[in-house]
Amino acid sequence: MITDTYTVFWREMVLLRKKFKSFFAGSMVSPLLYLLSFGWGLGRNIQFGTTSYLDFVVPGIIALSAMNASYNATGASLNVSRLYYKTLEEFLAAPISVCSLVLGNIFSGCFRGLFSSVIIIIFSYLFGAHLHLNIWFFVSLLLTCFLFAALGLVAAMVVNSHEDMSRFATFVILPMTFLCGTFFRVEKYPPLVAALVQALPLTHSAVSLRAIALNTGFPLVSLLVLAAYAAVLFALGLWVTYRVE
Amino acid sequence: MIEISGLCKYYKEVKAVDHLDMTVQEGEIFGLLGPNGAGKTTTMRILTTLARPTAGKVYINGREVSRRERRIKNEIGVVSQTENLDVEMTARENMELHGRLFKIPVQERREQIEKLLAFVDLTERADTAVGRFSGGMKRRLMIARALLHSPRLILMDEPTVGLDPQVRRRIWDLIRSLNSERITVLLTTHYIEEAELLCHRVGIMNKGKLIALGTPDELKKKVGKFVVEVPNHNETEYHVCEERGEALRYASAMQKDIVIRESNLEDVFIELTGRKVGD
Ligand SMILES: Nc1ncnc2c1ncn2[C@@H]1O[C@H](COP(=O)(O)OP(=O)(O)OP(=O)(O)O)[C@@H](O)[C@H]1O
Ligand SMILES: [Mg+2]
Repeated sequence: MITDTYTVFWREMVLLRKKFKSFFAGSMVSPLLYLLSFGWGLGRNIQFGTTSYLDFVVPGIIALSAMNASYNATGASLNVSRLYYKTLEEFLAAPISVCSLVLGNIFSGCFRGLFSSVIIIIFSYLFGAHLHLNIWFFVSLLLTCFLFAALGLVAAMVVNSHEDMSRFATFVILPMTFLCGTFFRVEKYPPLVAALVQALPLTHSAVSLRAIALNTGFPLVSLLVLAAYAAVLFALGLWVTYRVE
Repeated sequence: MIEISGLCKYYKEVKAVDHLDMTVQEGEIFGLLGPNGAGKTTTMRILTTLARPTAGKVYINGREVSRRERRIKNEIGVVSQTENLDVEMTARENMELHGRLFKIPVQERREQIEKLLAFVDLTERADTAVGRFSGGMKRRLMIARALLHSPRLILMDEPTVGLDPQVRRRIWDLIRSLNSERITVLLTTHYIEEAELLCHRVGIMNKGKLIALGTPDELKKKVGKFVVEVPNHNETEYHVCEERGEALRYASAMQKDIVIRESNLEDVFIELTGRKVGD
């Protein structure tokens, strides 16, 4: 089981190594843009109480990039390997468990998500942000990567075309990018919208990463929500992978 | 080796496989012959657990096939119709991935990979990304990959489709040499001569149903030994005869240019369905 999971992960890493340069460059673009525009451009002189806007927005940007990187890692690669190159067949016909296949893919998504998060953390220090990093910060980050990698896997296994895949991203991932408190506090919404936004996982990634980074209390509820999302999406991932044809 | 009973696979409007019953015996080369859309690939996909049957049962070596049944997967090698190789990886990396998936010990894996790459004549291109391979090279690599875990049964879906005649013959030789090591082969094809020259037994499929089954000779005997082709405007009429004398008598009564030849599996197919395999 562990060997099989590693095999699936190994293959993703072989592919990643081959396009490492473009992957590396690609991982930097959007975080840098966010940091430049929101951190520096918009927020240079805004103070949020005692914290600077830069310190406020960096955890949000980390959540956002972790989501995008992990979701795309599993979503795009599995979608293409299922519908276009058919390489998924090789894994389905191999004597490995569905669980290994799902976990191997999710871990490779987590790896990419963590990788781009680390890049932002490094950059944000260069931009002069002050973050309070501890083990719980990485736990939230890992849960974020895990759940969005699982979401990408589920989407890739159920859609029937590349168009459907990008439609899914437009209707699910894109709204979260802007709504989920990555750039401002969700409390500013009218109550109904706030309740809706509270149900989305990225909100809780942003909330918990921010609470830890700014040292404003332990985000127990958000961590539990993230863990619940991760568990449910993982189970769903097993189910759809078992059923996929 | 393979037992299929009452197998059905329905998609929304199509009955891709419709009550299929057949068995493949150990040590034989069995060919499923049929036109496009006959249900050959669907049958193969069910055998390799890539698709689930709507009804019916499939047993390989006495165990029912399902995605959870991992022992069966160890015993079969699969060459699918689509080129499902990793195009960004090299030939050797593709092989290594397969070896790891089938948990072949490192030492044995390395030796087998080199041996098989040599067997399909790809040693020199082993470190080239597969995306730059020709169709024939990809097919050969897929065959080598399917053999890596030493399966006793090989399933090949149209192993020679789209290849030029020379490469096709090489792949036939490959299949024969595997079979001489008592590896059972189930292959699908829509090439008449592939079924006729390569396979010990042939099942003819049409619209999801098995319409004939037997050795090529048995099948041909059913229609008659000789065929007289008579051109008629833009079409050709076929007249089947039991013996040489009858064919000659029929031919000599004709005014036009005619062709007398031995019957082939195409004639069997036409006889059974009223259309050609290629149509
Ligand atoms: N995923 C699918 N969804 C809907 N219909 C399908 C699907 N796969 C196959 N079919 C239908 O099932 C029938 C049998 O297809 P199949 O691919 O098994 O034929 P085949 O004998 O392999 O043909 P070919 O020689 O073209 O490879 C066809 O009518 C096809 O349209
Ligand atoms: Mg086919």
